[in-house]
Amino acid sequence: MTIDKDTVRHVALLARLELSEAELERYARELSAVLDYVAQLDALGLEHEEPLAQVNDEFAKAREDRARPAPLSRAEALSQAPAQDGTYFLVPPVVEYLEP
Amino acid sequence: MIPHWKRSAAELAGDVSAGRADAVEILDAHRAQAARWDPAVHALLGRDDEAARRVASSRPQGPLAGVPFIAKDNLCTRGLRTTCGSRILEPYVPPYDATVIARLRAAGAVLYAKANCDEFAMGSSMENSAFGPSRNPYDLERVPGGSSGGSAVATATGMGTFALGSETGGSVRQPASFTNLVGLKPTYGRLSRYGLVAFGSSLDQVGVFARSVADCALVFSVMAGPDENDMTTRPDGAFSLDGLDVSARAGKGLAIGVPRNILAEGLHPEVQAAQARAEEALGRAGVRVKEVHLVPPAACVATYYLLATAEASSNLARFDGVRYGFRAQLADDLLSLYTKTRGQGFGSEVKRRILLGTFALSAGYYDAYYRKALQARRRIRSDLHAALSGVDALLLPTAPTPAFRLGEKATDPLAMYLSDIFTIGANLAGIPALNVPCGFTADGLPVGMQLVGPAQGEGTLFRLGAALESALGGERRWPELAVGAAS
Repeated sequence: MTIDKDTVRHVALLARLELSEAELERYARELSAVLDYVAQLDALGLEHEEPLAQVNDEFAKAREDRARPAPLSRAEALSQAPAQDGTYFLVPPVVEYLEP
Repeated sequence: MIPHWKRSAAELAGDVSAGRADAVEILDAHRAQAARWDPAVHALLGRDDEAARRVASSRPQGPLAGVPFIAKDNLCTRGLRTTCGSRILEPYVPPYDATVIARLRAAGAVLYAKANCDEFAMGSSMENSAFGPSRNPYDLERVPGGSSGGSAVATATGMGTFALGSETGGSVRQPASFTNLVGLKPTYGRLSRYGLVAFGSSLDQVGVFARSVADCALVFSVMAGPDENDMTTRPDGAFSLDGLDVSARAGKGLAIGVPRNILAEGLHPEVQAAQARAEEALGRAGVRVKEVHLVPPAACVATYYLLATAEASSNLARFDGVRYGFRAQLADDLLSLYTKTRGQGFGSEVKRRILLGTFALSAGYYDAYYRKALQARRRIRSDLHAALSGVDALLLPTAPTPAFRLGEKATDPLAMYLSDIFTIGANLAGIPALNVPCGFTADGLPVGMQLVGPAQGEGTLFRLGAALESALGGERRWPELAVGAAS
């Protein structure tokens, strides 16, 4: 399977990664090689195999839904943010302001 | 008298508990090893300068009282920077301890530094750390293996009595085999992943580096068991040392399987020789050796690189420049804040894997890649279960070669991925595996072999590992720091 630059550009947008033209070219080449390699799975005849996403389904269960004290204070939770105002994380404007 | 940094965890903790040794002196001896070696090998990232004061002011108690250790920098440590070897987390100081760290501290162990690693645990050589590679103490021109290479080097040089690493696909066992260490990848779900920065959540598991099987078992016993903060931990995950035989006779009556069909071609002659040595040694220890059959391990690599990258593409979505870590400047809307932060903050291997995983999960390709890999995963697990059905464990090389040179595989992602060819099956199947040192090449490079067991089979792996360790015998060969090697 060959991946072209436009496919990488599309996937990079889905993954929220800004890439240079040189990176797009390089990743197109390298990902094509990896996809050629994984094509060998076709030879295993897996049509009737059930997918296995998690090895210990028999144990994994949701814990009881009960309120517990928050493990972190607000100050601790905000302490690592690149921008915050003591109450919220700060980000650039999400909604455009239109002149009335 | 043997210096503290050469001694075992059990000896040190015993002496500290009985008041025969001073925990501050023990810590100082290990820090001196770090000062001597680290300029040459670059195993460590952040240091906790408060550790000595903490030890001095609180007499350590417990099964690991006063034992110094190092943790891979993808394990959250309260108040101590945790970078995952990445620029995107360079400023991150976690407000909490990972469960495994908390349990070790409660047992008296002393964490004083964090270990270098491949960025987000993605790599097999340490060349993907944003802060520069670590080097193999047995040959500074060679890699120590990855992604937990810093933890391996720290244990091999006596900076720590033991160290924690993590595995998604071989990242403890492969560096252990390159640096003359015991390395454990436990059964999935025996150790809590809470506070381990997620890479491939269905595969990730914390692992242990130690210089003996007995120390490895001791450290594992302190950490193992369920954790309400990790729903994938097993209710029967605790591990007790009671009745565990780690003597020379420990393997008597057990049987191992050797998958000769996958060991025929492409194996380095010195690795082949180590396999023969290990089989012979186990035979002498009263272990029966049988032949078993496994699917070609190339299928494991293919499966792994689809599943691990798919899970990573989802897990690493959280690094967006909003809640923690690095944020790119000059982003004037939310989308460009994300794309610039991630484009600048992640290194090239991490971006490669996010792209591959996003592709494998994307509309139109999901069935052909991601779903097919899930089907292959079930096949690989059944195959390993079948191979294990008539034996107690499998014995096979951990890596197809001894430690390779820095730069040797750095430009070819596929060649690098193939260095994990023998380790990945255990991760996909969620079963435990233990690297045991099995001698050196003619050039003085360590070679390790792995024992792979059924789920919850750690006790058997420790017995077989101890039998192998005793049968191979001999005094530990420590790495030697050449004069003038530090740069």
